[in-house]
Amino acid sequence: MENFPLFLIISSIVKILIIAHLLIIGVMVMIWAERRVSGWMQDRLGPNRVGPQGLLQPIADGLKFMFKEDLIPNHVDKPLYVLAPAMLLVPALVGVAVVPFGNSITLFGNEIPLQIADINIGILYILAITSLGVYGVVLGAWASNNKYSLLGGLRSSAQMISYELTLGLAIIGVLMLTNTVGDNSALSLRVIAESQGSHLWHWNFLIHFPAFLAFTTAMYAETNRLPFDLAEAEQELVAGYHTEYSSMKFAMFFMAEYMNMIVGSAVVVTLFLGGWHFFGLENVGGPVWSGIISFGIFFVKTAIFLFVFIWVRWTLPRFRYDQLMNFGWKFLLPVALTSIVVTGTLWITTGSRLVVGIGNVVAAFIVVSIVAGLLVMNKAPEPAIRDNDRQITPSALDAIE
Amino acid sequence: MNPEQILFYLFGAVSLIGAIAVISFRHPIYSALSLIVTFFAQAGLFVLLGAHFVAAVQVIVYAGAIMVLFLFVIMLLNLGTLSAKGAISGKLKGFAVILGILLAIEGVYIAANAISDPPDASAEAATESVNTTTYTIGELLFNEYLLPFEVTSLILLAALIGVIVLVKRESQAEN
Repeated sequence: MENFPLFLIISSIVKILIIAHLLIIGVMVMIWAERRVSGWMQDRLGPNRVGPQGLLQPIADGLKFMFKEDLIPNHVDKPLYVLAPAMLLVPALVGVAVVPFGNSITLFGNEIPLQIADINIGILYILAITSLGVYGVVLGAWASNNKYSLLGGLRSSAQMISYELTLGLAIIGVLMLTNTVGDNSALSLRVIAESQGSHLWHWNFLIHFPAFLAFTTAMYAETNRLPFDLAEAEQELVAGYHTEYSSMKFAMFFMAEYMNMIVGSAVVVTLFLGGWHFFGLENVGGPVWSGIISFGIFFVKTAIFLFVFIWVRWTLPRFRYDQLMNFGWKFLLPVALTSIVVTGTLWITTGSRLVVGIGNVVAAFIVVSIVAGLLVMNKAPEPAIRDNDRQITPSALDAIE
Repeated sequence: MNPEQILFYLFGAVSLIGAIAVISFRHPIYSALSLIVTFFAQAGLFVLLGAHFVAAVQVIVYAGAIMVLFLFVIMLLNLGTLSAKGAISGKLKGFAVILGILLAIEGVYIAANAISDPPDASAEAATESVNTTTYTIGELLFNEYLLPFEVTSLILLAALIGVIVLVKRESQAEN
């Protein structure tokens, strides 16, 4: 411990405290924002009674959850039933540790990078942590000893495993352009963010647009949000994997979903949207202010992305299960794979970001067209059972009217 | 004891307890979960060795993907608690005894070696100088070990296609 300077320890603890609390406050704000924005999108008010503009509504909800009876049904597998919400919440919380949320602040002659831990396998750490999130869902579902829960859990695990592949493959193109020869820290999220510089055309979402879309879509699936929320499809499965959960345990599932959203958005901003960079604005001001401004830029970008999360949820209907699997395996995965091949080939041959960017889009377009064409050609005839539902002819409709 | 040693003993103990729990639990789900705990502790040991990449892969592949499939299968088959009798047949028992004895001999041999010839500081320094970062692993994998790497991927591909063929044949037979 001797070679650990005291300043480093104190600044790390302060950073951890700030970020952990920001995450929890962010969850509360997101719950409020989701309900207000959905209200706005559906031309209604949403919660507006508790506090100004209903801002205190999440606190009221939280208090309600705490005062509710902590019910453990008799038929559940008790240890796992209690453990499952925590197993979902913990990966959601620790994922944020490697996200660089700003440049650095110089205080008392010490430079403090605005990141809890800059490890050289940052992006792999994120992938590892996201792949663990599935345990909370699966164990909660199984321990509940309920058909609907189990179905939800199985759906969710199949979905998360399928989309994890895309998640991992989509970032390889980004890593290829980030790595400078001989440097072995290309997997660090800080290096990825720094490499995107302040030029807009260095931002990865322009160079790897198809991979960006694939990664974002896969991330929506990983967070079990609409249009990928088959694990908790109300109309089919009551509430899916958390049917048997109530009070604070349910709230933990709920919080984990929003935390995953926030961490996921932060990761996308870091990987594809230039991190804390914005046209050199992050260099304005002294050693302290520039750090705070860079954090502000990162914060705003993440917030915008979170708004898109809500926007998508209230715009798109839920996928059917076969559509979900088809989409993941037959569209997203080929697009991510193509992006690897095209990025590698074009970067080696031309070395121009512009060519790579255009090539990626063209190649993705071609691949999607081919897959869509094959799907249309090989389309199996509709199953016979369905025919009965479709027997309503226009004349029959007229008769009903 | 420095912090690294404390962490080493912590991870070592957790991984041993997890491994014992795998074979002591009667319920397959709990066994699978104990195995995940063991994998985690081993990932921690890899981090202590400076092999961050291997640690991450350990968690992604074993804890994140393979064990999820294990749980998936156990849940789908809905295996109940195993009873003590009839779980293992006579032939398997003999096999297990032989394997157990072999492992015990191996363990004793390694322990005896470590006691009689403890690893010295120079060996420790040698392991530290080896760069075990992602870059080094990638370089080795795509230069020195390119052929084994490609052969492995071909074997995996063959297994993948084999599974698809088997499943396809069954579903066609049903039709």
